Amino acid sequence: MTETAAPEALAAARAAADRMGKTKRLNALLTPAKDLRKSLLAQAKEVHPSGVLYGMPVAVKDNICTLEFPTTCASKILDGWQSPHEATAVAKLKAAGALIAGKANLDEFAMGSSTEHSAFGRVIHPLEKSRVPGGSSGGSAALVAAGAVPAALGSETGGSVRQPASFCGVVGIKPTYGRVSRYGLVAFGSSLDQIGVLGRSVHDAARVLSVISGRDGKDNTCEDRDPLRLPNVPENLQGFVIGLPKEYFPPDMDAGVRRACDRAIRALKELGAAVRDVSLPHTAYAIPAYYVIAPAEASSNLARFDGVRFGPRLGEGTDLRALYRETRGEGFGPEVRRRILVGTYVLSSGYYDAYYRKAQQVRALLAQDFRNVFDRGVDLIFTPTTPTTAFKAGERMADPVAMYLADIFTCTANLTGLPAMSVPIGRVKGLPVGGQFIGQSWLEDEMLEAAYALERAIPGAEDV
Amino acid sequence: MTGAWETVIGVETHVQLRTASKMFCGCATAFGAPPNTQVCPVCLGLPGALPVPNELAIKLAVRAALALRCRVHAKSVFARKNYFYPDLPKGYQISQFDQPLATEGMLPFLSPDRGAVDATITRLHVEEDAGKSLHDRFPKHTAVDLNRAGVPLIEIVTGPDFRSPAEARAYLSTLKQVLEYIGISDCDMEKGSLRVDANVSVRRAGDPVLGTKCEVKNINSFSYVEKALTAERDRQIALIEGGGRVEQQTMLFDAKENTVRAQRAKEESHDYRYFPDPDLPPLIVSPEWIAEQQASLPELPATKRERFVSQYALPPQDAAVLTASRAVADYYESVVHAGAEPKAAANWVMGEVLGDAKDHQDQLRAPPAGLSQLIALVKGGTLSHQSAKRVFSELAANGGDPRTIAESLGVIQVADANVLGQWVDEVLGAHAAEVTRFRAGETKLMAFFVGQVMKASKGKADPKLAPKVIAERLGAA
Repeated sequence: MTETAAPEALAAARAAADRMGKTKRLNALLTPAKDLRKSLLAQAKEVHPSGVLYGMPVAVKDNICTLEFPTTCASKILDGWQSPHEATAVAKLKAAGALIAGKANLDEFAMGSSTEHSAFGRVIHPLEKSRVPGGSSGGSAALVAAGAVPAALGSETGGSVRQPASFCGVVGIKPTYGRVSRYGLVAFGSSLDQIGVLGRSVHDAARVLSVISGRDGKDNTCEDRDPLRLPNVPENLQGFVIGLPKEYFPPDMDAGVRRACDRAIRALKELGAAVRDVSLPHTAYAIPAYYVIAPAEASSNLARFDGVRFGPRLGEGTDLRALYRETRGEGFGPEVRRRILVGTYVLSSGYYDAYYRKAQQVRALLAQDFRNVFDRGVDLIFTPTTPTTAFKAGERMADPVAMYLADIFTCTANLTGLPAMSVPIGRVKGLPVGGQFIGQSWLEDEMLEAAYALERAIPGAEDV
Repeated sequence: MTGAWETVIGVETHVQLRTASKMFCGCATAFGAPPNTQVCPVCLGLPGALPVPNELAIKLAVRAALALRCRVHAKSVFARKNYFYPDLPKGYQISQFDQPLATEGMLPFLSPDRGAVDATITRLHVEEDAGKSLHDRFPKHTAVDLNRAGVPLIEIVTGPDFRSPAEARAYLSTLKQVLEYIGISDCDMEKGSLRVDANVSVRRAGDPVLGTKCEVKNINSFSYVEKALTAERDRQIALIEGGGRVEQQTMLFDAKENTVRAQRAKEESHDYRYFPDPDLPPLIVSPEWIAEQQASLPELPATKRERFVSQYALPPQDAAVLTASRAVADYYESVVHAGAEPKAAANWVMGEVLGDAKDHQDQLRAPPAGLSQLIALVKGGTLSHQSAKRVFSELAANGGDPRTIAESLGVIQVADANVLGQWVDEVLGAHAAEVTRFRAGETKLMAFFVGQVMKASKGKADPKLAPKVIAERLGAA
C-alpha cells in the first residue's frame, strides 16, 4: 500500500498518536510517543483496507509479543527485549486492518490488581489521579477510558481484564478458555491465562474479540473453532434466565456497589429477563485455590527468565548460580518474587498434595457449582465485578491478601474457564462500578446479547 | 570375589525417536549441524512460545511400547520437570510423570548366564531432550548448543531384573535390535540417540532384600556398558567387604580411567516439582488407533527367528545371524522368494553378502534376484562354486545378469558331453601311461584325470559330468 492508497488509515494513525500523546500523565503507555507515531504511520501505509477493523487503533498489553515494539512485561528482566515472534492475536488484528497502537503498562508479568507492581511506575486512574486503575491490565483500561483508543488487548489470569475495566468504567471481556490463542502471550498461569479485550463499548470490545478468536495451530489449548460470531443487539432479554449467586452479594457489601447492581438487576428484569437467586457454594475457596494454582504455574513459567538466552544479565555473574541469583533477584520485582516462592513451595515434594492437588480439587468443585446452576436452566450469572470501586494507590501494597481479594468475584471464571465480562453499570462518587456476566462455555454470544441490552438500558457513566 | 554376591541391575534407556522435526516445534533434528542453527522461539523457550506435540513422535513411541508388549494408556499426561540449567531453555523439561504413555511391558532376551529371561518394562514415556553444554570449547566459559533441545525421546525403564553387567548388556542389545527393527530410532550410542543409565545394587546371594542402589550415568558407548556396571558393582562389594555402607548417589563413569566417581551432591539434590503441563492437554490415543499400530508392527526379531527355523528349515544359529537386522532378514527373504533354495541362500547371505557388506558400509549391494539366479546357476552346474564367487563380486559391484557376467568372465561350466569329450580325449591322449595303469585296476587315478580335464578346460568343465565321460571313454577303449 502506498501513502495515497490509505488516507483513512493514515488519518486514523495520526489521530491515535495525538490522542495517545495526551495520556502521558497516566503512565499507561510504555511505548515512547515518537516511536509510537513513527510505527503507526508505517503501519497505516501497510494496512489493507478490506479488513473489518480497518484503521482501528488497538493498544496491546505489554505481555503480548509484538514485532513493532519491545515486549517487557513491565519487568526489568525483559527491559528492552524485542520479540522475534508475534502473538497470534496481534497477527490476527493486523490482518483485520487494525493498527497496533503501542504497548500498555501492566503489573509486572500481569501479577497484581492495581498496576502498581510495574517496574516502569504505576498507572494513574484516568478519573482520579490518587486512585489505581485496577490491574493487571491497568494500562489498557486507562487508555480506553481516557479515549485514546477504542479498544485494547489485555490478558487475564484471575480477572486482570474485568477488574480494571470495572475500575475504569469500560467494557472488559474474558472469553472462554481456548477461544483465543495464547501463542505470544507471555505465560503467567497457563491453565488460567486468556487474552481478553477492553473496549469503550460492548460492540468495540466484541468486534475485536471476534477478530482475535478462533483456532491456532501454535497453541494446543486453543479450541479448533471458527472465530466468534457477533450477535445482533437484541430488542429485549425475554427468555433469558439470569442467576444471582448469593455468595457474590454478601450482606456487608459496599453500599454503592449494591445500589448500582440493584439498578442493573431492575433493568435486566425490565428487559424481560427472569432473575433467580442461585448459589455457588464453593466460591469462598476460589481465592485460596487461585493463589496456589496461579503461582505454581508461574514459578515454572518464569524459570526461563534466567539471563542465559535473552534479556539483560544482571549482577556480576561470577558463576552459574550467581548468574541466576543476581539476574532473577534483581530482575524480578517483589510481587513476582513472592509468587515464584509461593509457587515453588506448593509444588515441592511433600507439599504438592496438600496444596496443588487440593487446589485442583477445589477447581473441579467450582466448575461443578456452575454446571449445577446452568443445568437448572440458568443462562447467565450476574454479579458485581469487584467488591469496591477503585481504591487508592498505595492502600493495599503492604497487604498482599487485601490486594488479592480484589479478584474475589473474577477469579472463578478463570478457574472454571467460563466466559465472563464486565460492563459499566453506574458510578459511585464519580468512580465507576462494573457489573459482571458469567456465561456458559462457548456461549459468549448470549453473554454479549445481555451486555448489549444492559448497556443500552442504563446510563453506565452516571452516579447511582 | 563375586561368588558370594549377587548383583542387581535395572536399566533406564533414553532413545531418540526418528523424526525429521522436534517434539514440540518444527525445527530439524539432523545430527551435526552448526551450533544453534536448528532452533526457533519454541525450542529456545522464548517468552510467549508454546509447544505443539509432534504426532509422528507419538506414533513411534506407541509402536515402541507395543513392540515391548506394554499396556499403552488411552490417556497419558505431559508433565513439567523443573530444574535450572543453561541447556534447558524453559527451565523445565516436558516429560511424563505419574501418567506415562505405557507401562507393564516385557522384553524376552537371552542371558549369557541364565538362558531365556524376560526383562520387565516398568514404564515407557515420551519427553523432550535438553540441549548440550560444552565446557571445553572456550576457556573458562560454557557454550550452549540448543540444536538438540526439544528432540523427541522415549525413556524405557526396566525392573531390577538383571543379575550381571553382561546380562544388562544382553538386554540392551536385544532392546536395540527390537527398536531398530520397528524403525523408531537409529539407536546410535555414539551419536547419543541411545543413552543408558543403570541402577546397580549388590546383596549377599540368597538375601531377599535389595541392597542400596546407585545410579550410574555417563555410559556413552555400547562397549562401556559392562565396564561401567562392573566398576560400580566392584566398588560396592569392596565398600561393603571393607566394612562400609553403600549410600544412594549418582555415579559417573570415567571411560579413560575405567572407574566410577560420585557426582557432587549439589548436582543431584533436585526436587523437580513435577506437575501436569498446562500447555498440553492430556494425550489421548484411541483403542482403534492403538490396534492399528499393533497390526502394522513388523515381525519382531524373536518371532522372525523362530519362523526362519520352521519355514526355511534353517539351523537356529543361521536364523539368528539372518535376523540380526531387519535389513538382512528382508534381503534373505527376497533372495528366497526369487527362487533360491533356502539353505543355499542362507549360506550365500551369511558368507559373501555379509562379507561384502562389511567392506561397504553395511550395504547389501547385490540385487536379491541376481543372487537368486547366481545360486541357481551353481545348483544347475553352470558355475562352479569358485567361479560363482567371482561372478558375485561383479554382481555386487555393478549389478547385472549373473549368466551374462559369467559368460563375459568365461567361467560357464561346460556340461555338454561332446564338448567335454574333446578335453577328455586330449587328456587321455597325453597320459597314455596313466590310462594303462587305470585299466590295470588303479581306479583312484580317476581324480587325476578329472583334475587334468578341469585344467585343460580352464575350470569350465562340469566336475560332476567329467568322471562319467572319462569312465565311458576308458571303458569303451
